[in-house]
Amino acid sequence: MRREALTPYLLILPATLFLLLLFLAPVLEALLLSLRGDGGWGLEAYRRMAQDLYFGNALKNTLLLAAVIVPLQTGLALAMALLLQGLNRGKDLFLYLWTIPLGISDLAAGILWLAIFTERGYLNSLFQALGLLGEPRLWLSYETPLSLFLAVVVTEVWRATPLVFVILVAGLQLIPKEYGEAAEVFGATPWHRFVKVTLPLLRPSLQTALILRTVLALEVFAVVLALGGRNLPVLAGEAYFWYSAYQNPHVAAAYAVLLLSISILATLGYLRLLRTPPEARP
Amino acid sequence: MRLSRFLNYLLAFLFALWVVLPIYLLAVLALSERSAVFAYPKPLYPQPLSVETLWRFLEVPGVVKALGNSVLVAGLTMLLSLLLGAPAGYALARYRFRGADFFRILVIFTRAFPLAILAVPLAVHFIRMGLYDTPLGVALVHTALALPFAVLVTYSLFVSIPKELEEAAWTLGCTKTQAFFRVVLPLTLPGLAAVGIFAFIISWNEVFAATILTLRERTLTALLLNLLHDSPLPFRFAGGFFLVLPALLLIFLVRRRLLTLWGVASR
Repeated sequence: MRREALTPYLLILPATLFLLLLFLAPVLEALLLSLRGDGGWGLEAYRRMAQDLYFGNALKNTLLLAAVIVPLQTGLALAMALLLQGLNRGKDLFLYLWTIPLGISDLAAGILWLAIFTERGYLNSLFQALGLLGEPRLWLSYETPLSLFLAVVVTEVWRATPLVFVILVAGLQLIPKEYGEAAEVFGATPWHRFVKVTLPLLRPSLQTALILRTVLALEVFAVVLALGGRNLPVLAGEAYFWYSAYQNPHVAAAYAVLLLSISILATLGYLRLLRTPPEARP
Repeated sequence: MRLSRFLNYLLAFLFALWVVLPIYLLAVLALSERSAVFAYPKPLYPQPLSVETLWRFLEVPGVVKALGNSVLVAGLTMLLSLLLGAPAGYALARYRFRGADFFRILVIFTRAFPLAILAVPLAVHFIRMGLYDTPLGVALVHTALALPFAVLVTYSLFVSIPKELEEAAWTLGCTKTQAFFRVVLPLTLPGLAAVGIFAFIISWNEVFAATILTLRERTLTALLLNLLHDSPLPFRFAGGFFLVLPALLLIFLVRRRLLTLWGVASR
């Protein structure tokens, strides 16, 4: 091979090696670690995981949170993206303000909303000022699973909707204006234009946004911990507890493998569901 | 028509308020005296304005070190993702070669993957290799998180520079390496800086891997998470404030590039 032909391979070599070492290798390692208990090979770690008191709830909460949060965020982000298109002046300012949470970590977001939902927080202060509440009320305790769940939903919607939003805004910019105008000429109402023109052309962006957001939503961890500790167990949180508190990397790895499997299934599901036929690509 | 425009702006303003209000309220608490943080009902502005809460937070053992570690890890992540990502982005932009598609798929697949959770098997590995509980170990995992973005965005940066510019430099006697450093690099520098800042933010904000991979060399997120439930509210609010502030500044710096960052990254 000529030297010239080797150049691109040399350029991608470091990144490829790095990804193989820090991505593919640990995936295999997680699998091996979860299958290797104290007493040798087997499904011991998975048995312990499944029999754990928190497991059922953690699985249920993680899936339920993703199922509630992702559609909510997609709808809201779509509305925001369309609204942004309708603005003339101040577009840049609103774009900046709306995307601020992109830079804020899940832990910080959890703490932000803790200030609101905590016992002597802003929500109770507001309710008291309005005369709706005498004593401060608990929202994040073990005994109020519903309001704790909702608090996590609110925080996650606040934090991660901008991620979906920017992907959709970038996608909207790729759609030629002429398509919508043509539809208008033929008498399509704004709603029809949205459903028949914008939405189908936005499909690749929607797919990306949904995959990214679902995978991240399944990993939900710091928000839940900051708001409610272990009052609302989730899968990533259990992996953390098994690793640090119980010092059992095998069960922690079993949780990791479970999370990975669910994420891959969700990704494959979206790829199938939202496949863009080649002839429909813009 | 005029009414609908008014409604649009009203809605836009409400969305902005929804984003900004919680940040403002946290800032109020972080900039109040400790007594105000425990007060009920809560104040809507700092009364009195004070750095007591923030100062006390910094005096807690380990906090300053954790802040330093966070900056160090994020800096390393920024450096590593640029050093590894930019050459790959350049290769994808300038060369046609077999395996390019495979590489691109590997990168895209990595991005849509819950990478942080891999800190669990990596921790076992890192202990053996002496990387456990070091800033470099955490930075390696954070680089894996940021690298896909670095590759895809630098690719779009390099594609946007006409190849003719480079070719002109060659005909004027530059070697390929010289042409890259004298022509392409200066033109893409602002974009590369944005990629670096983006990698910095990803690392600065990451919680799970940082918590699993450290014990004494905590980053700020790891330290906060670990002390969360044994610490009084002022400590948590001050910590949250310190987490948010740099991110806010950095996101302001790259605000014009957010769309390119995510738009390109979503292809």
